[in-house]
Amino acid sequence: MISLPEPKAETLAKRDAIIAGLRRILPDSGVIADAARLKPYEMDGLTAYRRPPLAVALPETTEQLAAILRFLHQEDVRVIPRGAGTSLSGGALPLADGVVIGMMRMNRILEINYDDRFAVVQAGVTNLGITAAMQADGFFYAPDPSSQLACMIGGNVAMNSGGAHCLKYGVTANNLLGLKIVTMEGDILDIGGAHLDAAGYDWLGLLTGSEGQLAMVSEVTVRILRAAEGQRAMLAAFRSNEIAGACVDRIIGSGIIPVALEFMDRPAIHACEDFAHAGYPLDAEALLIIEVEGSVAEQDDLLGRIRAICDDFDPISCRVSQTAEESAAIWKGRKGAFGAVGRISPDYLCMDGTIPTGQLPLVLRRIGEMSEQYRLKVANIFHAGDGNLHPLIMFDANDPDSFHRAEAFGADILRLCVEVGGCLTGEHGVGVEKRDLMHHQFTATELDQQRAIKTAFDPGWLLNPAKVFPLVAA
Amino acid sequence: MQTHFSAEQLRDSDTAASNTVLRTCVHCGFCTATCPTFVLLGDELDSPRGRIYLIKEMLESGKPATEPVVRHVDRCLSCLSCMTTCPSGVNYMHLVDHARRYIEETYTRPWPERMLRGVLARVLPNPRLFRLALRAAALARPAAGLIPTGTVTGKRMQAMLSLAPTALPSDSPAQRPQVHQAQGVKRGRVALLTGCAQKVLAPRINDATIRLLTRLGIEVVIPPEVGCCGALTHHMGQHDPAMAAARAAIAGWTREIDGAGLDAIIINTSGCGTTVKDYGFMFRDAPEAAQAARVSGLAADISEYLVRIDYQPQRGAPGLTVAYHAACSLQHGQKVTGAPKALLKTAGFTVVEPRDPHLCCGSAGTYNILQPEIAGQLRSRKLANLQERRPDVIAAGNIGCITQLSGSDLPVMHTVELLDWMAGGPQPSGLAAGGS
Repeated sequence: MISLPEPKAETLAKRDAIIAGLRRILPDSGVIADAARLKPYEMDGLTAYRRPPLAVALPETTEQLAAILRFLHQEDVRVIPRGAGTSLSGGALPLADGVVIGMMRMNRILEINYDDRFAVVQAGVTNLGITAAMQADGFFYAPDPSSQLACMIGGNVAMNSGGAHCLKYGVTANNLLGLKIVTMEGDILDIGGAHLDAAGYDWLGLLTGSEGQLAMVSEVTVRILRAAEGQRAMLAAFRSNEIAGACVDRIIGSGIIPVALEFMDRPAIHACEDFAHAGYPLDAEALLIIEVEGSVAEQDDLLGRIRAICDDFDPISCRVSQTAEESAAIWKGRKGAFGAVGRISPDYLCMDGTIPTGQLPLVLRRIGEMSEQYRLKVANIFHAGDGNLHPLIMFDANDPDSFHRAEAFGADILRLCVEVGGCLTGEHGVGVEKRDLMHHQFTATELDQQRAIKTAFDPGWLLNPAKVFPLVAA
Repeated sequence: MQTHFSAEQLRDSDTAASNTVLRTCVHCGFCTATCPTFVLLGDELDSPRGRIYLIKEMLESGKPATEPVVRHVDRCLSCLSCMTTCPSGVNYMHLVDHARRYIEETYTRPWPERMLRGVLARVLPNPRLFRLALRAAALARPAAGLIPTGTVTGKRMQAMLSLAPTALPSDSPAQRPQVHQAQGVKRGRVALLTGCAQKVLAPRINDATIRLLTRLGIEVVIPPEVGCCGALTHHMGQHDPAMAAARAAIAGWTREIDGAGLDAIIINTSGCGTTVKDYGFMFRDAPEAAQAARVSGLAADISEYLVRIDYQPQRGAPGLTVAYHAACSLQHGQKVTGAPKALLKTAGFTVVEPRDPHLCCGSAGTYNILQPEIAGQLRSRKLANLQERRPDVIAAGNIGCITQLSGSDLPVMHTVELLDWMAGGPQPSGLAAGGS
């Protein structure tokens, strides 16, 4: 069970003064402080851990955000940044003595520049909202986490989010040009800008994926791309998870880079079909969604080569989507997959380990064995091309024993990922969920160096503390 | 999601049903993105996920509802956009219906609001009273500027007056209880829900529906027992009046089903359609359970039925562009999305859609009166998105939306009025171009 630090008594003691201070900066509707209304803020997308915060603040401008941080720094109050609250690693899990700063009201697109291919957006714009604003003109923002409908770009920066199409286009870090950040002291800084690289240290690289521990992001300058002429998805159905895993390894090994190469196992296929009616093959044990893009000739060539590889793995069926509606349904099911598992299980823990693709068959087999050992069902839905696993361990939160088994099962999977040469997290971040496993990935010295960076930005450890690093000092 | 209900609490059928709904939610947050109030207000508490949590806590506690919870549940439009988005299949409608009833039964609202709600619940479903009230509103309209708008009540009064039409159409005899014979070869027999508020505000919609159906060979019966379907009071959490109205409707339709038989129960106000289709659930523990389920099974939006009987136009293409506004009750509540657009295209219109078609126009039953500020913002947003497509006319399948979106330069009408015209009916008034 994850432990959280004891709330600071001096902070709790001056609760009223803190709330009054926030109310001096924000309008009434921007400060939430009563118990009933704090409750819905007690967790994000990781429902296993909950803690109502001291207060919630909802700024509408960078200046308000800076004023809030300056005030909370002065009062020595912990801060939990929050976007849409879709984190699956508990990145926005509050602390009892912490103020949640929600960025949902900063949801404006400030500039779109097609000539120089960038867009400047506020941190509370949803990932899909960026693409939606430019789609009609043939442009898009590439990283596409499955929660892209709801998740916000500020959170994407904090977690260095990935997505199905990152196989070809890279993750958030590869698609950023600049950030406007606010430090815990309330200073507003511009990092990078509307140009490809910045002079000096790679601050963008450092801040991306820093899980809201170094600074808060208020504006993001993203790289935008022209959409390809067209794309098609192929559904390849296989007789076992291992066979599908081996097929993935062969496709990647052959040098083909599809735009997306996604994996779903039997429970996932059925749950998603129920939601999206995409025509997924219900007789399959494992399904690969393989998308290619480009001109029709390019698509045909790639699909032909991929089909030939699939044929070596005795597929049950291979079907190529024929219409845009069909492709949309296929992706709707895949992107809604985690939620769709809600149809077959009241709760789940979603793992996020990444492994070399060559290890896929072994790891998938081991997960199947552990599922029996822990007596918990598991659904596998993941970015296979990147080797980024997302086993969803199904449990029932109303049954505490099943939750404890789920936690142990999850930890075993992540340890296995590290053992075979992979890592704890591909795109969801460490958050609170994988915090205590970090010493499997890093040595004490490595962790200390990372902590030193955090300390340099935030000496008081006020920004999103109790995440990422094991609580016990190394 | 984890819930904490006692065995005792779960013996209550509504609580048990809500527990099932809550347990389906995995808190993924997808619903927040397509919720009109979250998009406008930017607060988890004004999102479906936030409301689900507030409702969960309220129901689990078993204590009377409190003001903060009521505030955020009241701001919910019940547009059900969240249900279209939800991958887990959470039945938010049943949960929020339960919450509204729980609030109504355990929470005392400030007296001006209590009075207003009482009046709305009594007047709107009663065509005679509603007609009187609208006449009074027309008289009061010049004095609207005198109402102080500093208070919530003042704003609500203003909203009410601005929604009331300046000239009230005269009643149409066609929508009174009777049987309209099919023309030519009889192909089917249906009952028509003539509604309550719609009947007064726009009798032309029922007229067009009856003309079109009978011309297509369908006998249309309007049973005398069926008045308001109960949707209006149901959405205000007023359980008993809602159930009484629904019970009367079920009795009327059941008599027809068991008598001369019905192929469908036609509904041309989609807000009502969503509720009638839910009768099976609402009466699940009642003696009328089987009859209610049968009624729900026969209920069909007029557009669904017209597709079923293969609607075809009689006139040439009118050369008009229709912006189709998808009523939430139709697109989210009933998942009827393709039929109205397909029919309008079949009829010869060029059909366009606004951006963000999933977002509510702010009408939402009595919402535009009770929450005028949010409703006003949603209306402006919707109208701007519709006007951007440069249509000649806006078509919608729900009287609430039609009233809400009226008043700009663009005529707003019911889809069935346009379909009736192209199938040989009269040209709807307010349309610029003529049929060829």
